[in-house]
Amino acid sequence: MSVVLEARGLTRVLPGPQPTTLVSDVDASFEAGSFTAITGPSGSGKSSLLYLLGLLDPPTRGDVLIEGVSTRPLDNEARGRIRLKHFGFVFQFHFLLRELSVLDNVTLPMRQLGRLSTAATRARAFDLLSSLDMAAEARKAPEELSGGQRQRVAIARALANDPRFVLADEPTGALDTKNGAAVFAIFRRLADESRTVIVVTHDEGLARLTQRAIHIVDGRVAT
Amino acid sequence: MTPLPLSIAFAHLRARKRQTAVSIGGVMLGVAIFIGIGGMMNGFHSYFLSQLVETNPHIVITDEIREAAPQPLALLHPDGAVEVRRVLPRDPVRGITGAAAILDALNAMDGVAAAPSLVGQIILRHAGRDYQITGIGVDAPREVRVTDIVHDMVEGSFDALASNPNGVLIGRQLAEKMGVALGDSVVAATTTGAQANLKIVGVFHTGIDAEDQYWGILPLARQQSMQGKPRVVNEIHIRLAEIARSIPFAQAIERRWGFKSAPWEESYARVLDVFALQDKIMFFTTAAILVVAGFGIFNVISTIIMEKSRDIAIMRSIGMPSADVLAIFVIEGMVVGVIGMILGWLAGWGLGALLHMVPAPTGNASDRLPVKLTSELFATASVIALLSAVGAAWLPARKAARADPLSIIRGAA
Repeated sequence: MSVVLEARGLTRVLPGPQPTTLVSDVDASFEAGSFTAITGPSGSGKSSLLYLLGLLDPPTRGDVLIEGVSTRPLDNEARGRIRLKHFGFVFQFHFLLRELSVLDNVTLPMRQLGRLSTAATRARAFDLLSSLDMAAEARKAPEELSGGQRQRVAIARALANDPRFVLADEPTGALDTKNGAAVFAIFRRLADESRTVIVVTHDEGLARLTQRAIHIVDGRVAT
Repeated sequence: MTPLPLSIAFAHLRARKRQTAVSIGGVMLGVAIFIGIGGMMNGFHSYFLSQLVETNPHIVITDEIREAAPQPLALLHPDGAVEVRRVLPRDPVRGITGAAAILDALNAMDGVAAAPSLVGQIILRHAGRDYQITGIGVDAPREVRVTDIVHDMVEGSFDALASNPNGVLIGRQLAEKMGVALGDSVVAATTTGAQANLKIVGVFHTGIDAEDQYWGILPLARQQSMQGKPRVVNEIHIRLAEIARSIPFAQAIERRWGFKSAPWEESYARVLDVFALQDKIMFFTTAAILVVAGFGIFNVISTIIMEKSRDIAIMRSIGMPSADVLAIFVIEGMVVGVIGMILGWLAGWGLGALLHMVPAPTGNASDRLPVKLTSELFATASVIALLSAVGAAWLPARKAARADPLSIIRGAA
């Protein structure tokens, strides 16, 4: 398998009177279809590393390479365009838009990208919801769903533009064990579909379900 | 497909119906008041000006000369250091010289009517009291072609002047003050010592105090004899078919004959200045209402942005450009502004109609407050409303567009 995402000497320092180092000199590479967990104690910098890998945060030093191409020269808007096309994010809190229906929430990235027609956008959103057993809830408002269902809608939204990378930050943090395991099973399936899946979790049991775990301590790779 | 920022903007507004309605109401109120009050001001100005302009001649030539004639020394050395001080213009005490020729020339022009007049002070005596008025001697058949005062007659008639050499027309307020009525006789005197008995053959009401209290209109020949100025004319009244030509036409007359020729705009410059001042006060007062309405929009958009910071973060994280985030909230402000503006048009039109039903204090029971709604009023109100709405939305929207999504996502975790 080829390396599709790579961190080289990735460092993030929050400026201020007393600068805080979130991530320090991290090197890591991720292959297509890999399923990786980033683990570590609370405040160790695992989420910060995920945001750097997902181009949500610019590194202070170092670089993120996508298929060997540096992203360092890109400005905010260009990084946004890459996120829209190639990355799908799932956060601990679902962050669904309350005013929109489940279906409209899932169509959001597709409409932003504007690649598909209205009918094709809706059809794909239905397909994604069906694949996550959520088609019956398509017309509902997010408030009418349980926590596990909302997270599945958030996963459907993350997959809307058929991203090559799925990045999840504590996606099971607000779920019970059963729902957490179900969400991890979905990520496992996504990796089997050749997507590169990186999940931040502090749950060692769930981390064992991945192919590889990167342990972060004080912003550095420990294992 | 509806553009995404538009869909999200509408979704936000739908979710806050009450706040949105209050903001729309604010803009509507501002626009309605701007249009309604502006319409009333316009109507009042139009009414007042039409009263002034239609009652009076469009141009008045008087026996004054504005500028002194060029001095021979200055003419002889136009480039020399010549300065002749305290040169006064010629003072033609005997009125407008060659008035008959000027009148003939003016009346021969297309769309121009001219009539002679002699204006001078008169004292009317009645019941032991004196009333100083401005006596206006007119040639009645020709005067009716240059003023509309004939339509302001409430008793008697303007034509009676032509058949009654000792007739006089006075304003209703003066008649009431003197306690005289149609058919009564009054004694008239001038500073030359001349006296005559004048019979009131008509009473007019123009609605303008200065005319209704202090004007007496009498036959030209009678005024000339009382003022001791036989065959003298000190004013020529002109009416134009096209009132818009008054300024250039007056200038042309002055250039040709040298006498001061004042268009109505010059005669009523102070009135026009007051109107302009009133317009400015009205504009700023009512525009202030729209700006206050803008604060309402600012409040709503700011609240939505505060509540929606996580939504903004997630939209930015999936790659929505900051310009689209800005567009969402500016569209929200614009939607409030546009709906408020359209409702404001209707409410303003209704307010104008209501005001037009209120009786006007003109002394005539059938008169209503004059209201004139113009397209300029609607356009101005709309521009201010939209600028206010977009401006109010722009400030918080810009902040939202610049927000760092990560700090919000981190904060939520």
